Amino acid sequence: MTGESTANDRRPPLLEVRGVSKRFPGVQALADVSLSLGCGEVLALIGENGAGKSTLMKILAGVQSPDAGEILLDGRAIRIDSVRAAQAHGIALIHQELNLADNLDVGANLFLGREPRTAIGLIDRRRIERESVEILRRVGLDVSPNTIVGTLSIGYQQMVEIAKALSANARILIMDEPTSSLTSGEAARLFDVIKDLRGRGVSIIYISHRLGEVNELADRVTVFRDGRHAGDLAREEISHDAMVRLMVGRDLAQFYARTIHTPGEAVLEVDALRVAPRGRHAVSLAIHSGEIVGMAGLVGAGRTELLEAIFGVRPPLLGTVRVAGNPLRLDSPVGPIAAGVALVPEDRKLQGLVLEMSVRQNISLANLHRQATRGWLDASGERRLAAEMIDRLHVRTPNDQQIVHYLSGGNQQKVVLGKWLALRPRVLLLDEPTRGVDVGAKHEIYRIMEQLAADGVAVLFVSSDMEEVLGMSDRALVMHEGRITGELARADLSEEAIMQLATGRDVSVGRKPAAAETARNK
Amino acid sequence: MNKILGILGLLIVVCLATTLGNPRFLSPGNVENLIRLTALFGLISVGVAFVIITGGIDLSIGSTIALTGCLLAMFLEVDYVPREVPTTVTEVRTEPRAVVLSGDAGDLAKGDRLHVPTGVPGKFRFLTVDSVATEQDRTVAAVVESPSIVSAGGKVTVAKLHHMNVILAVALVLAISVGIGVLHGVLITKVRLQPFVVTLCGLLFYRGYARYLTNEQTQHFDASLEGLKYLASGQPFQVPIPFLRWIGDGSWSRFLWDPTAGKHALDAQGNLIPLDMIAWVAVPMPVIIMLVVAVLAAVFLNRTIYGRYLLALGRNEQAARYSGINTDRMTILAYVICSVLAGVAGILFALDLNLIQPASHANFYELYAISAAVLGGCSLRGGEGAILGVLIGAAVMRVLSNSIVLLGISTHLEFAIIGLVLLAGVIADEMVKRYAARRRAKHEAVLAEKGA
Repeated sequence: MTGESTANDRRPPLLEVRGVSKRFPGVQALADVSLSLGCGEVLALIGENGAGKSTLMKILAGVQSPDAGEILLDGRAIRIDSVRAAQAHGIALIHQELNLADNLDVGANLFLGREPRTAIGLIDRRRIERESVEILRRVGLDVSPNTIVGTLSIGYQQMVEIAKALSANARILIMDEPTSSLTSGEAARLFDVIKDLRGRGVSIIYISHRLGEVNELADRVTVFRDGRHAGDLAREEISHDAMVRLMVGRDLAQFYARTIHTPGEAVLEVDALRVAPRGRHAVSLAIHSGEIVGMAGLVGAGRTELLEAIFGVRPPLLGTVRVAGNPLRLDSPVGPIAAGVALVPEDRKLQGLVLEMSVRQNISLANLHRQATRGWLDASGERRLAAEMIDRLHVRTPNDQQIVHYLSGGNQQKVVLGKWLALRPRVLLLDEPTRGVDVGAKHEIYRIMEQLAADGVAVLFVSSDMEEVLGMSDRALVMHEGRITGELARADLSEEAIMQLATGRDVSVGRKPAAAETARNK
Repeated sequence: MNKILGILGLLIVVCLATTLGNPRFLSPGNVENLIRLTALFGLISVGVAFVIITGGIDLSIGSTIALTGCLLAMFLEVDYVPREVPTTVTEVRTEPRAVVLSGDAGDLAKGDRLHVPTGVPGKFRFLTVDSVATEQDRTVAAVVESPSIVSAGGKVTVAKLHHMNVILAVALVLAISVGIGVLHGVLITKVRLQPFVVTLCGLLFYRGYARYLTNEQTQHFDASLEGLKYLASGQPFQVPIPFLRWIGDGSWSRFLWDPTAGKHALDAQGNLIPLDMIAWVAVPMPVIIMLVVAVLAAVFLNRTIYGRYLLALGRNEQAARYSGINTDRMTILAYVICSVLAGVAGILFALDLNLIQPASHANFYELYAISAAVLGGCSLRGGEGAILGVLIGAAVMRVLSNSIVLLGISTHLEFAIIGLVLLAGVIADEMVKRYAARRRAKHEAVLAEKGA
């Protein structure tokens, strides 16, 4: 392995990114970023949420175009102005959200957009079937090409996606958080495929929040922070601490500024709540005043659904939620909000904000009826409230009339927080509170969470960012397929412990794929 | 605000162009007619604007107008109830036409009828009472028709005019409009059907039901319903506007112009006929009703929390719901506002025309209303719209169709022209929006450059 990569060093790298910048309204997503990828190399690209990884990958895949900088393939500058151009250059992006037509079968998906035709122009189904079998064998996927994609598990669908990329002669695979919704068995299988592909000269850019995986797979690590290149780690330099240091850019203890409080009485009590679509499992939990509880788990474990049920946007099938002892009506958010429950939702653009409205109007949206007298808008009260929240949360905006759409992700999230803080909540639910947020704003959001806990608010946050769960939680709950599989006190928190509970297995993620690989090679 | 200025500019341009092409556009009569029609169409445009602001649509407005119009006419259908005891005629007068009845004729009143037997049982002819006076202890009933069919000493039967209480009839019609709005809103929010589909079904159903109820018979209102007709045709006051007659009636001169002859009109003595500088333009009742509705609508939309809720849920229903807003209730309210205004307009249109053909009355009016709302700045994506803009949009639509007539353009082209203007309007809006976004992005980039 090491011999190979030194050989690669003499030749120009397969892919080189030089000085790429990209700006979105309100945020510099990438600033003068460079990166190189050798032939048959697995490059792990890591960084906090909002560091610019996904933006760079979208540029490489032709989804977005850079404002400045160049991209070289085999030493020649290329233009990637469309997804088709990226494909023609052999670059394929395997998205976090899979891009398969799940109503069609596997074969149809593999050849989507480039279906072989018969002499009279109809789709050549027999040829699709024949070639599909061959392609699927390359990724070790044992399913019939006639299987409808929607009936496959997420892990299998991901393999189909990889097979699709390979069948289009991809030389560079970009994988964006590929294991975020996989069970440990599926993840181990994916690692086997990645190693196998590397052996056959396919280059892979692997984006992940799971440093354990990176440690296991990567030949080299590139770290982004706030849209800039923060550093590289060679194979022998890769370690958990080294990666975190580069990602956060400062000492961890200082970043997750936590003071541990003595929790008060239980404020939020969830009793045997059964939530669609996983009504088989009942969830019970209690969050105490002054406590910050993290909730970890894989994507699709049912964490978001649980928060939505508590907040009344997803009426539960059975079970009760009590706030300060009083049961809530859960058929709409009106009851929970009145009882002092606030939710910072997962998708702030869809659920948290009215993007085309101003900062002021967004902050006041949940408070209008409290300030109003007989339905009349209280314009001066609205202005006061906005000013107070902008000041308290350090929202960076030219004025309170700014359209929220033009703020950066971090400031948008602060507006969502501001909307709820104005209500003085007793229970604050946060779903992925720092997704797509820059490091500075992230730090401030943590500060706000900490401050609220100090004021006696019960805070429950869902996060897929392992560092965040480790850094912010007084204790952590872990969900797997709709159940709470475990609870970890702050002293027992570790990435391994969480992953074990999150994948519902008592097997370390780090070990298993290695064992599987040895078995294959025999 | 920019949008409103844009559409106002368009209105002014169309008005100016039409005036230059045909000065009669500004004659007081035409202006009166225009503002009356603008008011009627403005009502339904404001209504549909509320629905469009929620991101929905109402295709049933024209049919609702037809149904409410027909229902009002049917509720107010008059009936003549003959008395049981005939009355003796003591005298018949021909100049002026009158029938003198013996004794006290009770509450005989204008609009009642005198039934005159023909000799054939069950068959009679009638005279319509125009006014009633009392002479000594006899009742003199002035009649509309020639009273020669009766003779002194003969017998007539007094038949009293009878119809439903007008206020009750109007209230019933409005209640039915509320019901239609609630039905739409509930189907859309609780049953989660698409607004297009729900109101498309409404478009078909209300029209079909109106045709069935009326048996396809043309409906009209009895002449006795003057008080009610005042709502549509009353002119409570006039406003003075200078120069209007000089331009409109005088074709840019101070004397009456004869457009058919293409020269100034002359009086009997062969002199020019001078025109007053000040024209008194009557303000019809519908305009006053529309102004009241528009002010209420604008206050509701901009000064109450419910207006804010409507705008917010139109932009992003989910975020509004996640903020604790009862979005279903607000959406239903928007459909109720739309249907009630369609009902009010239905009453006024019916009274205005006084001739309601169930199959064709108010056909396509929903499209005029939607066009006016879109032209006035509403986005079908929801969350955008201002009442003033919508009213100006409605005015543009009316002026356009008026211009087509006055400028001698084939009226067959009316829809084509309206379609083109609407298309041009939305294209211009989109261009302006993109230009603004580009400028904004550039401005930001420049700022970032300076910062770096």
